[in-house]
Amino acid sequence: MYKKTYIEGNNTERKRSKLADNLEAAIQASGLKNGMTISFHHHFRSGDYVLNDVMATIAKMGYKDLKLAASSLATIHTPLIEYIKQGVITEIHTSGLRGELAQEISGGLMEKPVVIRSHGGRARAIEAGDIEIDVAFLGVPSADAYGNANGQSGKGICGSLGYAQVDALYAKHVVLITDCLKPYPNMPASINQKNVDQVVLVESIGEAEKIASGATRFTKNPKELLIAKNASEIIVHSPYFKDGFSFQTGSGGSSLAVTRFLREAMVAQNIKASFALGGITKPMVALHEEGLIEHLFDVQSFDLDAALSMKENPNHHEIDASLYANPHNKGAMTNQLNVVILSALEIDTHFNVNVITGSDGKFMGASGGHCDTAACADLTIVVAPLIRGRIPSIVDAVDTIVTPGSSVDVLVTERGIAINPRRDDLIACFKDSKLNIIPIEDLEKTARKIVGEKKRIQHGERVVGIIEYRDGSIIDVVKEVK
Amino acid sequence: MERLRRTMMYVPGNNPAMLADANVYGADSIMFDLEDSVALSEKDAARWLVYETLQTIDFEDTEIVVRINGLDTPFGRADIEAMVRAGVDVLRLPKTDTAEDVKTVEAIVASVEAKIGRPIGSTKMMAAIESPLGIIKAFEIATASDRLIGIAIGAEDFVTNMKTKRSPEGIELLSARSQLVVAARAAGIAALDTVYSDVNNEEGFKAEVDLIKQLGFDGKSVINPRQIGLVHEAFQPSEKEIQEALQVIMAIDEANAKGSGVISLNGKMIDKPIVERAQRVLELAGISGGQHV
Repeated sequence: MYKKTYIEGNNTERKRSKLADNLEAAIQASGLKNGMTISFHHHFRSGDYVLNDVMATIAKMGYKDLKLAASSLATIHTPLIEYIKQGVITEIHTSGLRGELAQEISGGLMEKPVVIRSHGGRARAIEAGDIEIDVAFLGVPSADAYGNANGQSGKGICGSLGYAQVDALYAKHVVLITDCLKPYPNMPASINQKNVDQVVLVESIGEAEKIASGATRFTKNPKELLIAKNASEIIVHSPYFKDGFSFQTGSGGSSLAVTRFLREAMVAQNIKASFALGGITKPMVALHEEGLIEHLFDVQSFDLDAALSMKENPNHHEIDASLYANPHNKGAMTNQLNVVILSALEIDTHFNVNVITGSDGKFMGASGGHCDTAACADLTIVVAPLIRGRIPSIVDAVDTIVTPGSSVDVLVTERGIAINPRRDDLIACFKDSKLNIIPIEDLEKTARKIVGEKKRIQHGERVVGIIEYRDGSIIDVVKEVK
Repeated sequence: MERLRRTMMYVPGNNPAMLADANVYGADSIMFDLEDSVALSEKDAARWLVYETLQTIDFEDTEIVVRINGLDTPFGRADIEAMVRAGVDVLRLPKTDTAEDVKTVEAIVASVEAKIGRPIGSTKMMAAIESPLGIIKAFEIATASDRLIGIAIGAEDFVTNMKTKRSPEGIELLSARSQLVVAARAAGIAALDTVYSDVNNEEGFKAEVDLIKQLGFDGKSVINPRQIGLVHEAFQPSEKEIQEALQVIMAIDEANAKGSGVISLNGKMIDKPIVERAQRVLELAGISGGQHV
């Protein structure tokens, strides 16, 4: 009834190294074919050499019609323009676009629109099969020859590999690229051997200083400090500021400063946070080491201090993008978040936020975790100066919606604070506050009074970008600007 | 109630972004500078920039002061004309040595007011005293015009003239500060202290604010928004002072209601200076606790 199928000797050959000779050999061995999807992560920010080097090799090898699914793209990725023109890349999925590439794509460089996703949305799309990654090319600061990799040791360290972890788990073929080959086993293994097909040793994965973008400086800009102080006042006087609360901040000057101001109130009132989430920064690490934040959940280390802390502090945890913010898994960290401070390029009187297109209507930013955290946090605070130079940040209608106004609770500017009318509870809470709380329409009027009427952006008809909301629905499109 | 002038923030007249945002930091007065912070080649541009700013931006109830160039420069007269036309609250005269300096400017101000139909006397003035001669003549200067709302000490030129330099303790300025504040009080106008340039030295700044507050100054010129909160904090009366002041005022109200001539509180007689001090405490408390929590 049960036929013996065991064959002696069939399972004795164990390959102890997955080292490929070079990028070309690895690409060859990956089984990459025209029309397939390749992926990259953006933990190396503008210091990244990996994407450009891999793409140069792929282009040289004659591939065409590839889909590029990067967790985000930075200014250093300008060479992509050439590969798009050559037909090597015909589709892009990313969180953000910057620099010349952003300019060109806004002008109609690509036939197919770019798909912009949030970090949680990308993890969702990968897990749901909306993005099927055929080959993931993942730069790692260190790896052993069998595929155990992390961002905590190496020539240029980036800390968390949270975005890359999703790709490593779901891509059909995973190629690690490193400039620091460690003896086996390279621990901790942020990406581990069971998910890795090949390892390539290259001369350099990037510019170390730009990978770990240095120490973040506490802003001295008085306007940013004023906004930060106002934002921290909102948090401190909100119902959520109590022992065990959780928060997340962005990396902008005001956001970073909020953490510092929060510290004063936390010490004074003997309040400790249970966790801080998302992009981890030096001020958060300082609070963690002081015992004011119990856990740090790090999907992306924003600076060198944060990257170093992960190695030193056992409660500084690396989390992948799905655990961070995927709305469709069984429990993302964002679902437990009390307070988030977010920035904005533009916000309108309906509290809709644009973080992707600039005042010229062209791509210049990234979706990031903006809509993910806004949707989940109990208190979503957007910080923005009322005007930047001659450009108002508060407008009657944003050029591109990334985060819907229904998920934004408070706008803090240097000239006043507006609470979303949907939040009756918060309005009641701040009814007798000494803070300058005014209707958002008044802020928009004040901005207009100072800088005058804004000239409407002249978009063409062709759609160059699709803005996906975190659940996979389309929340807006971006049309070309010549 | 008399206007509080705890902080007067310098803003260079040739920096558009700083001009537009000047009032968001909560200074009691803003001083747009056309003088020392503006390069010679930028003088005209700064004058028109400040003029246009005052036409465009609503600074609400913040007092707007403009420091003009002296009449001994080619720019002073044009500054006065433009700023009076712009409707500035206060003109700050630099390097005032004598009462005559004040009167000369006043005459020009009055002629411009007459020319444009602005009520004569509506443009206020303040004089910065920056020399030993000016200190000697402080009372004459302070009483040279009804338009004067205050006198201020400018330390850098003064200490150079005195053949010394500024020290952390400020002993070299003690005599001048004392004379200036006495002159201001005798004239019934405000006394404003000089700037503290090391914006990163918070402790040194606080010590100097405590000193000038104790000497009797109304406030201090500041060069960075970060200094504003520190001055306001220093001038903020303590809870105990506020309670005592409230008791004094209540005792007066009670005595008035009873028609009693002699007012006493806890067995002590309350005389006029005590009442005035109590009123001053409440004035400071009223605004110090204001919009910037």
